[in-house]
Parts: sequence; C-alpha cells; structure tokens
Amino acid sequence: MSNPFNPPTIAGAAEAGSPEAAVLEPARRWRRLRQRFLRRRMAIIGLAFVLLFLLLALMGPLVAGDPSEQHFDAVLQGPSFAHPMGTDDLGRDVFARIAGGARVSLLAGVCSTALAMLVGVPVGLVAGFYRGWVDPIIMRLNDVMLAFPFLIFAVGLAAILGASLRNVIIALAVAQFPAVLRIARGEALMLREQDFLAGAIADGTRDAAIIARYVLPNSLNALIVQATVAIPAAIIGEATLSFLGLGVQPPTPSWGVMLTHAQPYLAQAPLLALFPGLAIALVTLGFNLLGDGLRDVLDPRSGR
Amino acid sequence: MSLLEVEHLRVEFATEDGAVIAVKDVSFTLEAGEILALVGESGCGKSVTAMSIPRLLSGDDLTLGGSVRLNGVDLAALSERQMQEIRGKEISVVFQEPMTSLNPAYTVGHQIGEVLRRHEGLSRRQATARAIDLLELVGIPDPRRRVQSFPHQLSGGMRQRVMIAIAVACQPKVLLADEPTTALDVTVQAGVLDVIQNLRDSLGTAVILITHDLGVVADVADRVVVMYSGRRVEQAPVQAIFSRPQHPYTVGLLGALPARAVTQGGRRRLTEIPGMVPPPTSDPDECQFHSRCPRATSACTLERPPLGEVADGHLVACYHPGPGGHSAR
Amino acid sequence: MHGDDDSAVLEVTGLKKHYHSGSRLHGGRHVVRAVDGVDLTIGAGEVLGLVGESGSGKSTIGKCVVRLTVPTAGTMRLLGRDISSLSRREMRPLRRDVHIVFQDPYSSLNPRMSVGEIVGEPLRQHGEGTRRERDGRVGEMLERVGLRQQMRLRYPHELSGGQRQRVALARALILGPRLVVADEPVSALDVSVQASIVNLLLDLQRDMGFSCLFITHDLSVVEFISDRVAVMYLGRIVETASRADLFKDPQHPYTQALLSAAPVADPASSRRSSRIVLTGDVPSPSAPPPGCPFHTRCPVAVPRCSTEVPPLVGVTSAEHPVACHLVTPEDGGPDASQGEVTSVHHPS
Repeated sequence: MSNPFNPPTIAGAAEAGSPEAAVLEPARRWRRLRQRFLRRRMAIIGLAFVLLFLLLALMGPLVAGDPSEQHFDAVLQGPSFAHPMGTDDLGRDVFARIAGGARVSLLAGVCSTALAMLVGVPVGLVAGFYRGWVDPIIMRLNDVMLAFPFLIFAVGLAAILGASLRNVIIALAVAQFPAVLRIARGEALMLREQDFLAGAIADGTRDAAIIARYVLPNSLNALIVQATVAIPAAIIGEATLSFLGLGVQPPTPSWGVMLTHAQPYLAQAPLLALFPGLAIALVTLGFNLLGDGLRDVLDPRSGR
Repeated sequence: MSLLEVEHLRVEFATEDGAVIAVKDVSFTLEAGEILALVGESGCGKSVTAMSIPRLLSGDDLTLGGSVRLNGVDLAALSERQMQEIRGKEISVVFQEPMTSLNPAYTVGHQIGEVLRRHEGLSRRQATARAIDLLELVGIPDPRRRVQSFPHQLSGGMRQRVMIAIAVACQPKVLLADEPTTALDVTVQAGVLDVIQNLRDSLGTAVILITHDLGVVADVADRVVVMYSGRRVEQAPVQAIFSRPQHPYTVGLLGALPARAVTQGGRRRLTEIPGMVPPPTSDPDECQFHSRCPRATSACTLERPPLGEVADGHLVACYHPGPGGHSAR
Repeated sequence: MHGDDDSAVLEVTGLKKHYHSGSRLHGGRHVVRAVDGVDLTIGAGEVLGLVGESGSGKSTIGKCVVRLTVPTAGTMRLLGRDISSLSRREMRPLRRDVHIVFQDPYSSLNPRMSVGEIVGEPLRQHGEGTRRERDGRVGEMLERVGLRQQMRLRYPHELSGGQRQRVALARALILGPRLVVADEPVSALDVSVQASIVNLLLDLQRDMGFSCLFITHDLSVVEFISDRVAVMYLGRIVETASRADLFKDPQHPYTQALLSAAPVADPASSRRSSRIVLTGDVPSPSAPPPGCPFHTRCPVAVPRCSTEVPPLVGVTSAEHPVACHLVTPEDGGPDASQGEVTSVHHPS
C-alpha cells in the first residue's frame, strides 16, 4: 500500500528548526542564495555559456576581426590558424561572423523579451489584480494568440512587417507577449489573496502604488525565470526568421543567414553549417540551464 | 519491561546552515493502556521525537542516536520490511491534517479495509464489515452509508475520526497522535478526544499524544513529558504537572494561560516568558532555559542540570525546582 | 473608563455577505451565506470579542468592517458615517480611523519591504509629515510595541512570529485609529509568545484608547481581553453579553456547549465534568437549515426551532440579547446539559 505515514516526515523535520530562532541578516540571505546557486553545477555551466557568448557579442570585432571583409583568394577554407573556423563562400572569416551573429542573436533575444515584458507585465498584473470584466476579455484574446505556435506566429508577423532586425524584434516581442501576460497575471492572482495585500489596502494605499510596490516586486522572481526561458526561444526565433530570409539581411552576420548560406555547400564544406548550428544550440542550452538553476534558487514553488 | 522504551533519543538534520539538533536527548517509557502527553512549543522537538519512534524520519541528512524498544525489541535493528509490518499493526499514527493524509481517490471504507487486508489478510467483504464496525467505534453516525463516502464528502472532524479508525484498525499497541485536534473546532475537538480516551479504555491502546495545548493535556493525559529545546525538562503524572509544576519553564507555560492571569498595578496581565528559544544548532553543557529563567543562577550555565526525582514519578531537570513563579535572582 | 462616550465607534446593522460559489456549468451556482444578518455595536474604547468556530463568518465581518470586501446588504457606520457602500477612493481618507491585524504574521507583511517601510507606509500613503518626521514616528511606534529602533532595517523573514505580530500592530496603530480589527491575532503563536502579544495589545488599547473588534475562536483569550462578547454561529450572532454575564450565565445552548467543550488546563475540574457533546457538524453556509441555524445540533431543540428563526432580543435583560426561542424572562436560557444528549457512540 502507498504508505500513508510517509509524507509529512521531512517537512516536519524542517519545522523543527524553530522559526523563532531563524534570524537571517540580509547579507546572509544573499550569500545563501549565491551558495544555493553555486551548488548547482549545471546552472554554472549554463551561466558560463551565456557569459561566453555575451563576451563574444561585445568584443567580437576586436577579437575576431571584421565579419564582412571578403577574401576571394581564400573561399571555403577549413579551420586554420588565421581562420579558426575557416572561411565561407565569399572568403569571410566564419569565427568573425559567429561573433557578429552572437551580437544580433542576443540583441534580438534580449530586446524582444524586454519589449514583451514591458507591455505584458503591466497588462498581466493589472488584469490579475482587478479581475472584473477586463480580465476575461484580455485572457480570451490571449488564448487566441496562444493558439498559434510561437514560431508560426512570429513568421507570419515578420512576413507582414518586412525583413529587418527591428521588425524581427517587434515580431518576436508580439509572439512572446501572451506567455508573459499569462505569467504576470498568474502572479497577481496569487498575490491578491495574500494578507499583506489586504493590509496595504487597509493602509489606504492607492491601487497604482499597490501594483508597483507590492505586486510587482513579489512577482519579480517568477518573471526573471520566465525571461531565461523566453530569451533562448527568441534567439531560435531570430535564427529561424533570418534563415527564411524574413529577418536580418546580408551582409549583417546572423546565425540564421549563415545557415542559409551554408546550405548549397553542405557537401563541400559541412563545417560551414556546423558552427552556426552549434552556436544556436549552445547559447540556447546555456540560457535553459541558467533558467533551471535560477528557478530552483529564486522560485522554488514553480519547480517540480 | 515497559511496552515502549525510548532511551537517549537524538535526532540531527544536516541543513544548508549546518546541523540542526531537533532532539538532543529524550528518554521515556510508555505502559500499556496509558495516555502520555508530549508537550512543548513549536521547535521543541516533540513531533520529531514521536515520528522517529516508528522510523518515519528518513533521508541522507539525518543522524539518529539512542534506542527505541517495543516489547524489548530494538526497532533500529529491524529491516525496513519488518518495520513495515510494525507500522499500522503495532504502532500507528494520526496526523494533524486529516485531509492531506487521506487519499482523495478512494472511499473511506476502501482505505480502512486496505490496512486490514494487508496486515490481517482479510477478504474484501470481511474488511468492509470491519470498516463499518470501526467507523461506529470512532463515533461516525450511519456508518453503513459513510463507508461509501469519499474524504471530501466528510467534515474535518469526521475525517479525523476516519484517520483514527484507520490507525486503530489492526488494534495497535501504540497510537501516536500528533496534534490530532489542533485543526478542529472546540465542539468537534471534544468528541475526538473522547474517541481517543474510549479506545484506550476499550482496546487498551497506549497513546502518545503530541500537543501544544495544555487544556487538551489536562483533559485526557495520564502522564506528561514537558519538552524544551530538544530535551525533557519535566515529567510527572498529569495532576502533579498542573498542581505542583517544578520546572520554571512548565511554571511559565501554565502562567501564560489566559485563565491564570494575574493582576499587576491594577491591570490584569498574562505572565510572559521573556526571550526566545535558543537556536537548535548548538548544544552547550548548560541549562538551555537559563537565559529566559527568572530563577537562573551561575550554576545553571556551568553544567546542564540532570533529571532528578522530586516526588514519586515526578522528574525535573532544574537546579532550582519548585512551583513558585519567581524566586532567586 | 470604557464606553463613557455615548456615540458608538462602530454600528453595524443587518450586515450580510453572500458569496457565489461553484460554476454555472457544474450543477449551477449556489450562494454561500457567510454573514447573514448581523447587528453589532462597539463603543469608544471598548473591546468586543467576536467568538465563533471556523465557517461561522466572524472573519468575514472583520473584512467587511475594514472594507476589504463589499457587504451584500446592511449598513456599517464608522464614527457615524455609513461606509458600507463607499468606493475604494471615498474610503481612503477614512482608513486613518480603522485598521486590521491578521492571524498569520508570515503572510501579512510584504516580504520585499523593510520593517521601517512597512510601519511607515500608512503615514506615507496619507501624506503625513516629511520623510524625517515619518521616520521619527516609526521609531517611536516600534518602541511602543516593544521593538528596538534598529529593527526598522530588518526584513520580515528575519523576524520571529511574535516580532512580526508586533510589527503588524505598529503598522495598524501608527495613524492612531479609533477602531482596530484584530482577526485571530494570536492564534498562530505559541502560548508564551501569545501572552506577550495579548498583554501588549491590551496595554496599547488602554493607553491609546482605540476600540477593538477582537475576532477569535479561543474562549480563554476572549474572556481575558474583552469587555463584551458576541457569539456567532453560521453567519449570525446568537448571543451578546458583557464578559462577566456571558461566562457566568450563558443562555444560548450553543454558547453553553462552546463553554463546556473548551478544555480547561486543570485536570481536577475538566475531567468528568458534564460536557455537552454536540452531535453532527456545522451545516454548510451554502445550505443553512431553516429556522434556528443551530437546531440541527441543539440538544434541547423543540419543533418550533426548525421552522422559525429566533430573533436576537434581550429577554432577561436588554444588555444580554439571545437568539433562542427557549429563553424565558423567569428562567433565562434553557439548560443544554439537561437535553437529550445523543452523545457519541461508545461501544465498550
């Protein structure tokens, strides 16, 4: 039989660490969060990948040189000392293009997520806080948007808006908006049942201040975790759009564009497709591992 | 030989902030047909003490010390399979929150019957018949109908009665009741306490009652162990605890009750115990209560006071025992 | 010193709060009558204890009084002004006069604010003084509730349950309200901590002179703290009396059962005393029984009780109203312990 005696044991044991005695200083709290994070090896690996690509994006041209410089005397070369990842069909250094692509990828990922949050978080918090007649309308519209798969939605929007980095960001932001809104609303719904919110109303706090000073700060953890999931999705989105020619236009380097360019040469120079593919995989993996770690540390209740 | 003998029990958990010694050193015995109350405030280790008896605490971060003997058999020496035979049949447990302890997917009759089929090998039909008897035993009206009910169809008091029915289905020798009435209303609580007392009277079940409520203790217990910071500080028959408390902590707990309010400077006041429970992370060789104690002297910080007998069956761990509120200082 | 001011601080009449529960899809919605017609008055400087078991609606009354929820019907006059239908905006200036302390000190303080910010928040929201003046008042208030000034930099998770409840009190009192609703403020605390918070609340109440609606299920605390006591059952008040009268001469059978069921920390008196054991459970507030809400569990109920709702009227004394058909001017309340006690089955 499923043993009915088991569940409360360890919980009961944790209680034994008397709450009266549990006095933590703020500095210690940070140290504890850091320790908890540092204990998760996969999260550290994730953080390392993310930092690596961030560094590449920031210092790309300095380290790897000009991604647009063409050398027609050295096309489709394999890795060498001068070109660590070889050159493409126009003799451009692949490493420099990966670095340049990192800039575009991270820019698209971070900016589109930020944009989606900028709009989605306030709308979600307000909808969840007030409920009333606004909430069901917003949520039904949201459901309609959620019904489209993220990428298909983004592709459709980008096709309408036209191809450019700015439009890619806008398309990805709009496609991410429903998920962000749902998370923010969920947090607000949960927080409005808390006694401290009732206390704020009893204080005489204005609604705007309640949302800004009570609801938003307490939903931050969940939103940060959501961002680490959203950014890699947007990075893949950018690569997909660019691959389809709906995103960043040549000669600006982008991993998606690089994949398109590599396609005709798959037989001759398979490495040409490998490196951008690997970059997409690694940065996505990095963000996901980091997100899992942050979720465990910051937002334990959403974990399993 | 007593029915249950707990000797020098020590329970330590490894946590992110170092070791937490939930139970430092607890010993007591339980006789057949006796109701023993473990009393203390949150964090005193009373629940952990009780849960370690049927070995319900587990995990890599746990260190256990001391021994628990049931009818002279050391439970620590048994295999997990042998232990499963003991749980539910010899020792069973009733928890505070009955809703989370019952499986919402099965009828209460099924859940009571499951224990009987497993431990006593009854058929489904026999088990259901016994389940009806048990529901009647714990005072559930119309047991023939109720045996078909699902947990969510019952009130809190009914669910707790069902939990007790499951716990006593195999007529265990020891029943551990961890705050069994804390989640219930007073008018319902009285009925559940009656059921526990009647089980003792009719089946001879020995009960360990874990509670923070001194009113409940006065109501049903025969003997009381007062715990503070993972140790037994006082033990006595129930009348003695209330009429002649010896340890200043027991005296403080009783004095803090609104019914024992005193008039001070024209105002009615409750007697407070100043200060806080010491953190469970260390175990210095001193009286753990000295920083909050009105009677504390230098002796209290030099060495831990041993448990001494002040009257027949009345033990106290204090250098300055006595029922008085405030004395030396 | 209590009740010398004639005008009531709070006057509640015919208060009802009904919730809708269930969905329209699944067997239709039904109405939960959490509070179903309650009258009560609290005088200046008076502590009214509101006692009841879970589901009696006592907390809902508290939430209505501080307007955390909108009552379905009835009026609530705070210092003479009807607040029952004010909007959030209209209510805001009146929040100087009424505040609330919750049961669970672990969820009633914003974890992202420091103690100083939490206690100063009411001042800030009502635009009181400069930042420096507010800091000064926060420091004073913290000391008044027995916390050191340095505590202002701490965060709620660093405090013990008792300390948190002190912070909650400081925050509720900093604007000098005329009425404080205390919703089970000590129920989540250990006995020894409970004693210090109860003492503190009474000291502050006497020094500052606010009135208090003290909501609890704990009779011993009520007996200690209240001037007057109101007993609730299933959304209605069944008896109101001064503390002394209620504990000496409980007239409603439910009050009698409640008093007899409460365990007393004295083995000599509590054992074997004739306890009134109530059968059955509290009916659901979504399907209250007709007539007297208590008749399904009442040991002395007569046929009339299941058809006619007894009004809350003073039969033996105007100061001691009871909602029971069986109260008579000569004999007072019925003796519930003499009823046909269909007690729990005890097969031996």
